[in-house]
Amino acid sequence: MNRTSVPGIHLAGVEKAFATPDGPLLALQRTDLQVRPGEFLALVGPSGCGKTTLLRMIGGLTEPTAGRVLIAERSLWAAGRRDSEAIRELAVVFQDANLFPWFSVEDNIALPLRLRGVPKPERLQKSRSLCELVGIGGFERLWPRQLSGGMRQRAAIARALSYDPHILLMDEPFGALDAITRDQLNLELQRIWLAQGCTIVFVTHSIAEAVFLGDRVLLLSPRPGKIDTEVEVPFPRPRKTSIQAFPEFQQLVQRLRDRLEAIT
Amino acid sequence: MKRRPIPTAWITTPALIVLFIAAWHLYVAWSGVSKFIIPPPLAVWESLVDLLGTASTLRHAWITLYETLVGFFFACIIGVGLGTVLGKTAWLEQALNPFIIATQVVPKVALVPLFILWFGFGTESKIVVATVLAFFPILTNTVLGIKSVDSGHNDVMTVLNAGRWQRFITLELPSSLPAVLAGMEVGIVLAIIGAVVGEYLGGSTGLGHLAVASLNDYKVGMMFAVIILLTAMGFLLYLLVGALKKLLIPWHDSVASKIRPVAG
Repeated sequence: MNRTSVPGIHLAGVEKAFATPDGPLLALQRTDLQVRPGEFLALVGPSGCGKTTLLRMIGGLTEPTAGRVLIAERSLWAAGRRDSEAIRELAVVFQDANLFPWFSVEDNIALPLRLRGVPKPERLQKSRSLCELVGIGGFERLWPRQLSGGMRQRAAIARALSYDPHILLMDEPFGALDAITRDQLNLELQRIWLAQGCTIVFVTHSIAEAVFLGDRVLLLSPRPGKIDTEVEVPFPRPRKTSIQAFPEFQQLVQRLRDRLEAIT
Repeated sequence: MKRRPIPTAWITTPALIVLFIAAWHLYVAWSGVSKFIIPPPLAVWESLVDLLGTASTLRHAWITLYETLVGFFFACIIGVGLGTVLGKTAWLEQALNPFIIATQVVPKVALVPLFILWFGFGTESKIVVATVLAFFPILTNTVLGIKSVDSGHNDVMTVLNAGRWQRFITLELPSSLPAVLAGMEVGIVLAIIGAVVGEYLGGSTGLGHLAVASLNDYKVGMMFAVIILLTAMGFLLYLLVGALKKLLIPWHDSVASKIRPVAG
């Protein structure tokens, strides 16, 4: 996949309010945002800043109360319905792996292809090569319950990649994992992204993770959610874990941390 | 390799049965109770041998089994079918719920003569009673199962743009199967009760009829023997549904507790 051939994302005046017994609650105020084709964008912010809401709107899981979400120049929502062409470009990885316990690991990874009518031998072959890619080769035939949390999350990433999506949306995918597994998966996600060349929007509550992974980091502030700060991250790829010790890296993290403290 | 310990139940169950029979024998021998009220175990054993040696017993047993299985089959069709519709349509569930509960709180045994009036003295009326008794736990458990589909799993299917039928086959049905099978375990027992109660109150065939006829002939030992036969049949059917669980939901906690994670 060529980096410039993948679609970008365009949010035009997107807003989301949730109905509550005390009247509408503004989760995200009017937001304009361009995600460049092939970009790795990290969204970071305290809880309640609307970062998950923003991601769910891009993923077609939550309809905006105002504004438009454009995927590859196509409007994601039209008259309350999701545009199936636009939605095909997308894949989402959630905080929970959300594997189906009644399917084996390989059947879980092949599920999107099964829904698209790909014949069984073909989709299982794809499933096995993806298991190798995400580092769970040899575990294809197991039930999800037999895997550790980190391996389940790898399987969820493989499932998302199975239909070669151009846009990968990730909602705190490593939030429930221990620090060691998390560092390892961050490196592997970077490797996969460099190999696949898709556009990634990555939501996290860890500033260091956002700075390590992102080409650009957006800091969101709460009540109501809005984009507060935008930072370009200049470090070259592939980044190694050791860059976290560099003063430039730490200064960037500190700057965002100070700002985060000021807004919460 | 570790030697597998003998399951506790293999010792306790026969021991408790022997204890029960001994207590029964001693009570009858010492209390001087009439053998027309409580026959001694040995007399019941002789009646049981006698019963099993009679050609017509097999026919009666077959009729009861037939009524139970057909009634259970219809209960499954109605319970799973209606349960799926109600589980997915909240307003319909609210509209029909009072009537479904009414079919359960109404004293059904009192209605059996009415069913016999409507459906005759043959097997049909017993099948109806078995169905009416057995469908309720299957229905309520199916509704529960369909409504308890994990919201994260639903999100996965939404992002994959799954159609209604695909969502039902790959998510809702397998997800609710453990609850449905739990309902069936209760349902099969109620189906036997329904068939036997129907035979008690009308008709001239089946083990239920045989029990009443024995009592009317003052053959209390024979009635006990019939009840033992019915118990054995019920046990067998219950185990059959249990075996169905191992076949249909090998991934579920209730079945797969012996599968251990392979990686930490």
